Amino acid sequence: MSAPSGGGASRDGYGAALLEMLDDDKVVVLEADLGKSTKSCLFRAEKPSHTVSLGIAEQNMMLVAAGMATSGYVPFASTFAIFSERGFEQVRNGIARPNIVVHLCGSHGGIHTGTDGSSAQSIEDLAIYRTLPNMAVIHPSDDISAKELTLQLRDYPSPSYMRTARNKVPRSYSESTANQLKIGKGFTHRKGSDVAIIACGVLLNEALEASEELRTQGIHATVVDMHTIKPLDESLLDQIIESCGAIVTAEDHSVIGGLGSAVAEYVVSKSPIPIEMIGVQDRFGESGGSDELLELLGLKSTNIIQAAKRVIERK
Amino acid sequence: MQRGMGLGVTELEHMAKRCRRNIVKMVYNAKAGHPGGSLSAIDMLTALYGHRLRVNPDQPDWGDRDRFIMSKGHASPGVYAVLHERGFLSESDLQTFRKLGGPCQGHVDMKWCPGVDFSAGSLGMGLSFGIGCSLAATLDGSERTAWVMLGDGELQEGQIWEAVMAAVHHEVGNVKVIVDRNGIQNDDFCESQMRMFDVSEKFASFGWAVMEIDGHNMCEIVSAIDWADQVTDGPACIVMHTVKGKGVSFMENNPKFHGAAPSDQQFELAMEELQ
Repeated sequence: MSAPSGGGASRDGYGAALLEMLDDDKVVVLEADLGKSTKSCLFRAEKPSHTVSLGIAEQNMMLVAAGMATSGYVPFASTFAIFSERGFEQVRNGIARPNIVVHLCGSHGGIHTGTDGSSAQSIEDLAIYRTLPNMAVIHPSDDISAKELTLQLRDYPSPSYMRTARNKVPRSYSESTANQLKIGKGFTHRKGSDVAIIACGVLLNEALEASEELRTQGIHATVVDMHTIKPLDESLLDQIIESCGAIVTAEDHSVIGGLGSAVAEYVVSKSPIPIEMIGVQDRFGESGGSDELLELLGLKSTNIIQAAKRVIERK
Repeated sequence: MQRGMGLGVTELEHMAKRCRRNIVKMVYNAKAGHPGGSLSAIDMLTALYGHRLRVNPDQPDWGDRDRFIMSKGHASPGVYAVLHERGFLSESDLQTFRKLGGPCQGHVDMKWCPGVDFSAGSLGMGLSFGIGCSLAATLDGSERTAWVMLGDGELQEGQIWEAVMAAVHHEVGNVKVIVDRNGIQNDDFCESQMRMFDVSEKFASFGWAVMEIDGHNMCEIVSAIDWADQVTDGPACIVMHTVKGKGVSFMENNPKFHGAAPSDQQFELAMEELQ
């Protein structure tokens, strides 16, 4: 295991949040045989009456969740990010289109998932769910922020897709900073005026490392955790356009359609500034340790540093 | 809230006849739609709304209503016709079928039409949704029931069998499925597209209680609904043998009228036959 021994995995935060909702009898949890992995098993152990096992059948799970939601319940359904895609059309037609409030969690997203190999490494989930009207798309960076954002979903008025990650990363939040998180609002970890690094998921940690190194070289970077890819925090982007004038996006996801695309779509329509995108370059992953894969696919802090220098040159 | 509309068999038969006329009118006016599967299903739809379902047109979103899930959502004219009879839709609402901004969307849609519990249009999803409704009803301690109508061609979707398995695993005694076994799907007869052999046997082998009926015999339909209500320890399925396009001679058992409107001349003939 190449993940750090400390820190937290965002999937653990999802499980912890479900446990905090045990006293709410309107919360129901749905599983498709991967509760031990997505961490919904923690809820099941405490409240089996409100946990529904659907077996290895993701398409069915999506619509069972929708049926429960229209009957007054708040379903949290989870599977691997990649297998949620098997039910994409069910999410599209059965959840997003009628705007039924189901909260779908896809764990083990991204190449950071590691040794299982490319069949398990969803690098397109953020892109596809982002295309659906009514859907919020969220990708927290660590367990503490994942817990907070999951708790906020209980009262969120539209369906959502949250991607969590399998492996631990150093925490970027404490309990007190997590309290300042809000779905739809990016969180600014560092402020600088030379470049803005906008990251999500496990790459937030790489972005923070990159900003430290850049600072020693006299380059001052803003670092934003854009944990909500949709709805995108456009007012924060307006400020970044004004104050930084250059952006690097960083995500454990294809550069096609994810956070980088979402930021670029807004920026070019508003006030174009140079953007560099760190992400998976239109290829599939392979088996390997998390850090090995981040390195192989150019998703490390060193890659972010190089991109920051390139984008500053383009200002 | 009482069950159905308190109608007897003869009254239901008259209601079904009126619905058939409205089905053909809607499709004719829109110059598009799915008359065949609406006409095969309409006797059962009439019996469900006229004899069984606890719904309230004055309060369509009443939380403890029975749910009706039209999984074969292309047969929307049939649903709109019975919702009109039940008081959810006006005569002028029916004129909006497939028209911009109206409640009668091409496929039944819960966001557009009062009385519609499920947004359909993509086959294979309705039974799963019905199971979700039934699990919620059980958690609520409510006796409300989810009635789900499936097409026979729709049974070719894999998700149906995920749901058929789940219904038994969860012992949902408040889910009732009706399979409209009219033998025709979009392109042609089911027999040529994907053979399904004995549908009843398939459901039974998963552990469902199953009854087969003539889907155009109102006495049998009403009895079957009452039978399904008595099954409470698990899911029940009524496989009803029907004729696609039933009641309009040139549409009957004719794959062309799965999804096609009648011409002017055909419309007049249909109206004569449905007097």
